[in-house]
Amino acid sequence: MTQRITIDPITRLEGHGKIEIFLDDKGDVANTYFQIPELRGFERFCVGRPVEEMPLLTNRICGVCPEAHHMAAAKAADAVYHVDPPRTAKMLRELLYSAFYVTDHATHFYALAGPDFVMGPDAPVAERNILGVIHKVGLEIGGKVINARKAGHTVIEMIGGRKVHPCTSIPGGLTKGITNEQRDEILKLGQWAVEFGQFSLKLFNDIVLGNKAYVDLILGDIYTHRTYYMGMVDENNNTNFYDGKVRVVGPDGAELVKYAPQDYTQHIAEHVEPWTYLKFPYLKAVGWKGFTDGKDSGVYCATPLSRLNAADGMATPLAQEEYEKFYKTLGGKPVHQRLATHWARLIELLYAAERWVELASDPEIASDNFHTKPTEIPTEGVGIVEAPRGTLTHHYTTDERGVLTKVNLIVGTTNNYAPISMSIEKAARSLIKKGTVVTEPMLNMVEMAFRSYDPCFGCATHSLPGQMPLQVTIRNADGEPIEVLKQFC
Amino acid sequence: MTDNAKPKFAMYWAASCGGCEIAVLNIHEKILDVDANFEVVFWPVAMDAKYKDVEAMEDGSILLTLFNGGIRNDENEHIARLLRRKSQLLVAFGSCACEGCIPGLANLSPAGEIVHTAFNTVSTDNPHGIYPRASFDVPEGEITIPKIFPTLRTLDQVVDVDYYMPGCPPESHQIGAVIDLVVKVLHGEAQLPPKGSVIGAGNSTVCDECTRKRNVKSITSFKRIYDVEIDPELCLLEQGIPCNGPATRSGCNARCVSAGAQCIGCYGPAEGVVDYGARLIAAFASVIDSTDPEEIEAILDGIPDPAGQFYRFNLAGSLLKAGKPAWEKG
Repeated sequence: MTQRITIDPITRLEGHGKIEIFLDDKGDVANTYFQIPELRGFERFCVGRPVEEMPLLTNRICGVCPEAHHMAAAKAADAVYHVDPPRTAKMLRELLYSAFYVTDHATHFYALAGPDFVMGPDAPVAERNILGVIHKVGLEIGGKVINARKAGHTVIEMIGGRKVHPCTSIPGGLTKGITNEQRDEILKLGQWAVEFGQFSLKLFNDIVLGNKAYVDLILGDIYTHRTYYMGMVDENNNTNFYDGKVRVVGPDGAELVKYAPQDYTQHIAEHVEPWTYLKFPYLKAVGWKGFTDGKDSGVYCATPLSRLNAADGMATPLAQEEYEKFYKTLGGKPVHQRLATHWARLIELLYAAERWVELASDPEIASDNFHTKPTEIPTEGVGIVEAPRGTLTHHYTTDERGVLTKVNLIVGTTNNYAPISMSIEKAARSLIKKGTVVTEPMLNMVEMAFRSYDPCFGCATHSLPGQMPLQVTIRNADGEPIEVLKQFC
Repeated sequence: MTDNAKPKFAMYWAASCGGCEIAVLNIHEKILDVDANFEVVFWPVAMDAKYKDVEAMEDGSILLTLFNGGIRNDENEHIARLLRRKSQLLVAFGSCACEGCIPGLANLSPAGEIVHTAFNTVSTDNPHGIYPRASFDVPEGEITIPKIFPTLRTLDQVVDVDYYMPGCPPESHQIGAVIDLVVKVLHGEAQLPPKGSVIGAGNSTVCDECTRKRNVKSITSFKRIYDVEIDPELCLLEQGIPCNGPATRSGCNARCVSAGAQCIGCYGPAEGVVDYGARLIAAFASVIDSTDPEEIEAILDGIPDPAGQFYRFNLAGSLLKAGKPAWEKG
């Protein structure tokens, strides 16, 4: 009898991503499909618009990470006009972006991922949420997370003009700078953010690394995939979120390629399937070999873990210390265990906070030199930043008036569509076997497989209680439900 | 009072970006007022809930539903109809639900072309012309995804809407004010505004909230924002920057304009404006300092994308609703 398990994470997903698990005659997993049901069509309807509007229009791709689209669009528009913004403009953009990273990573760790570790994957459902975390480690932690969110949004608004959907980046720089008073406030908030980053890593160290069961879970096979890894690096091969070249390393850690943004089409292609609206990017040099890992499969991953794997280190001292400890603890580079992504995310948070302070301390940050007027005829340009959820590529072609004729977007989470699908399948195969009763903690373990990627179509940061509710319906061959399981209802 | 005696509240996203949800989160401690006064029965951002739980509720049992996002596919429409049936008050929340927002610009093209473009970009490897299908037979069985409609529609083009709350996203202070009002109504201290009202926004234009100086009311050319050394004090339209303030509803405190960026119109048509684009065209026409048709033509050429300029957020909700190609088979 063929059985089908539909995991329909109805809530806390933008759109309603769906996991179909098909069982074979024996009751083992035959195949899984992770479907994305939404397409709004930005690549079509942005054509005809003036390119300087792209930082405003593409914000609306994602209200959780509009800052990432705003920056990628601004950089692509700079490239279209062949204009290099003044140093102050670039620093201000990166400063906004660093503050955004602190906010975004903090929200994800504390609200979403933290509960699995702090409370444990098999803790009672009612406790496995941010409130449970607060009860266990103390009330002040909730205040700290709210402060981190507020501090980040304060900086985003000061530089970007708005808390959601920033509006100040234009080709050649920004529409405004900051005052010395604003700089002082930003610096103070940044110093607090560094402390918050250190606090978060200490918390991870005490609660997760201090518990052998969790370390075993992280190092276990269920959540391990040996893929290629992508991340942006600066001229010293250190992680950078705003600017640099995209570096890809193999499952053995060796560099496969390091490319400049404008060369991305030589290295990246996207595979399509008829059962989903989202595409599957892969490395051209290796090729699409299906949903499989290893050196011969072009599947790559672009996450905090990937960025650390793809870099040689972090550009700031405290984050660098943590980076070294990370690889020492987990047995060298690269780390393939997906659950280590949560730790990597906190190291990135600390780096972003340190970078925030570094940029706010620069004597030129409050300068009036925040815009260079473009003078050349616009043509074509690519802008790449590291979105929290993966490398984000915007590619525009315009006519001589700067009106768009072609748009291509490879969005953060899209990079990880194939690996997420693979992680779900592997977790399902490991956990669902003939004769096993599918339990709620088991579903949570499947869910943990994709939670580590912080998928944006999961709108992970939207989630306050820190759980993706799942409903599993097991159907018989006639499609009749024979059992319905709900996760935390 | 037990939880079950509290009035029920729901919030939902259809074709949207999630920014409305973030704006609601940004009201911080006011969220507690919602919690104190309502039983939240369906709110993907904050709690677990499922379609079937909503389906099981009695019709009209939810007092207030905030619905954000446009209607792009059959799943969006299904939930819009479901929540309409279950809710006493349905609010079109945010620009997408009110007027289509940026995703409404898709109505300039046939839906087929949207999919075709996405599946044929420069980085897409699609030699066999594969496109997503609403229903597809994989070896193990049939799997389905929602079907895209020919155009994106606003919420009130699909179901009856009680109130409109504009903005992309609505400003958090406005969300807070609306929550205060609703709580007062619940305690018998205030009355609801008439059905069909715009709530959480002003009654005038962004220009009325803008602190920039206005001197001459005439321009001789439109300029691209990156081409101007922006005067931080002077009206942007007077500097030649096509600023949408004159046609756009107030309520945001002229936030973008204060940051040196033009108003792009996210709060939708100002009070009494039937068609946003028509009003903006009239406003721009009135500042053009020329009577010579050729010169006027040349000045207007300074606006490179009239469709986007005049209907950036409002196309789906405008009198036009869509460009002609959207109705053709694509």
